[in-house]
Amino acid sequence: MPVLWRRVLIFFLALIPLVFIVYKTLANQLGADPAKAIVLFTGEWTIYFLFITLAVTPLRRLVNFTNFHFRWLQVHRRMLGLFTLLYAVSHVLAFLVFILGLDFSRFGKELVERPYILVTIPAVILLIALGVTSTKAMMRRLGKNWLRLHKSIYLIAILAWMHVLMQVRSSYFEAVLFGVILLALLLPRLYWAVRK
Amino acid sequence: MLIKKPTDIPSSEITPESIYNARRDFMRGAMSVAAMGVSASAIDVFAAPTQVADKDLPGPDWLKMQIAGAIANQEKISEPLTPYEHVAAYNNFYEYGYDKTDPAAKSHILKPHPWTVEIVGEVNKPRTFGLEDLLKGVTLEERIYRLRCVEAWSMVVPWVGFSLADLIKRVEPTSKAKYVAFTTLERPSEMPEQKSRFSTIDWPYREGLRMDEAMHPLTTLAVGLYGKVLPNQNGAPLRLVVPWKYGFKYIKSIVKIEFTEKQPKTTWSMIAPDEYGFYANVNPQVSHPRWSQAEERRLPSGLLRPNIIPTQLFNGYAEQVAHLYKDMDLRKFY
Repeated sequence: MPVLWRRVLIFFLALIPLVFIVYKTLANQLGADPAKAIVLFTGEWTIYFLFITLAVTPLRRLVNFTNFHFRWLQVHRRMLGLFTLLYAVSHVLAFLVFILGLDFSRFGKELVERPYILVTIPAVILLIALGVTSTKAMMRRLGKNWLRLHKSIYLIAILAWMHVLMQVRSSYFEAVLFGVILLALLLPRLYWAVRK
Repeated sequence: MLIKKPTDIPSSEITPESIYNARRDFMRGAMSVAAMGVSASAIDVFAAPTQVADKDLPGPDWLKMQIAGAIANQEKISEPLTPYEHVAAYNNFYEYGYDKTDPAAKSHILKPHPWTVEIVGEVNKPRTFGLEDLLKGVTLEERIYRLRCVEAWSMVVPWVGFSLADLIKRVEPTSKAKYVAFTTLERPSEMPEQKSRFSTIDWPYREGLRMDEAMHPLTTLAVGLYGKVLPNQNGAPLRLVVPWKYGFKYIKSIVKIEFTEKQPKTTWSMIAPDEYGFYANVNPQVSHPRWSQAEERRLPSGLLRPNIIPTQLFNGYAEQVAHLYKDMDLRKFY
C-alpha cells in the first residue's frame, strides 16, 4: 500500500475513539456522570497511543523478517505521536471544562489535594513541546537538541504510568498491565543504549 | 462561581416527585385490589404504568407486594431524586468489576432468591433467617436519603427498607455486643471479580457499625428502591443504608450479621487504613489523602454545568446523629 493511503487510513483509524466518545456524548449515552466517563476514556486512549508510538522502534528492530516486518511503520510514528498529544489535550480539556467547570479558583486546591494530577503537569507541558517541535523545519532548527528533547517521551510515559498507579484503589490490574507494557517498551531501548 | 444548588438540575433530568408519588399511589391502590383476591400474577400488570423501571425485576411475588406496600417515612428531603436509570446504572460493586457500569452489566448472574442471613455472635437468639422470615411482620418504609460516595459524588435515593434496630431487637443482643459486623455473599461463580488475582480486596466484603450507630433509626436495611425490588447491582436482596456515612459503608447482598465485643475489621480500612476509617462519617472538613471532601458532584451532573454542591457534615443528618460522636475527635476517628 502506498504511504499516502496508509497515512489516510491510520489517520481515520486513530480518530475512531474520538468520534465514538463525541457520539456517545451527543447521544446522551454516558450515564449519570458523563464528565468522568469522558475524562477516563480520553485518558485511557492517551496511554494507548503513547504505547503504540513507543512500540514503533522496538517493533521495527525486533520484528524484522523478510516477509514480515514493521519497517513500514517508522514513517507513521510522528502522526501516532501527534494523536497521543490530541488525546492528552482532550483529556486535560475535558477535566478543566467538565470536572472543574473552568473554575480555576478550585484548580490550585485540586492540584494540592490530588497529587496524581500534579505529576501530569510536566508530562503535558513536555508533550506539547514535542508536538510543537515535530515538524521537519523544527528538526532542522534544533539539530542535535531535537533528539535530546524528544527522548523526554520516556519520562512522559513514566509520569503517565505514575498517574495511573497513584489512583489505584482496589485493583492493581490496570496499573500492573500498563507497567509491564511500559517495561517491555523501554527495556529493549535500555539494552541497546548500554550495548552501544 | 459555578457551584450550584441541587435545584439547578434541569427539570428534564429528574423524575418529578409528583409523578413518582402518583405512581406510588397507583401501586398502593393496585396492591389493595390484589389483596382482595385478584391473582398475584396481576402484579406484572401493575408494573406497566410505572415509568421508573421498564423491565420487571426478578423476585418473589410476596416481596414485590411487600415493597409496593411500603409507607412513606417521616424524613423529608427537598432535593430532587436521582433518576432510577442512574441509581441502577452507576454503581460501585467491585464483586462485578471496577467500572461504574460493570455491576449493571454483569450482576444478572447473581441469584438472590432463595437467600438466607445468618445472625450470630453476642445475641441470645442466634438464628439463620430466610429472607421471607426476616421480613415477616416488618412494615417497610420508603426512605428518601442522600447518598454521598467517598469518591465525592452523590445521589438522592428513595430506598425501601426498615430500621436495622427492629431486626436487632428480635435477636436480643447480650451486654457484650458492642459492634455489629456485616458480611457480603462470597460466591465467585456469580461474583466474577472474587476470582481476580489483582484485587486488593480480601473477599468477602466486610463492614461494621458501633452498636449505637446500628440502633439509630436512620440506619436502614433496604430491600428495594423506587418502589421496586433492589436490582442485583444495587445489592439485592438486602443491603445496609447509613445515610450519614460514605457509601462504602452501605454493604450489599448481606449474608451474615455478627454481634461482637471488639471493633470488627472492615474491608476498606483493611486495604488502606490511612484513607478509609471504620467510622467513615461524611465530613467536608476531613479530606481523603488523595482528594478533598469539601464538595460533591450531585448526579446526574451536566457536562457544561457540573452540578457541584458543598458537602454537609454528616451528609446533612448532623441534627440526628452528631450526638453519637460528641466527645470524639472526628479527624482521628475518620
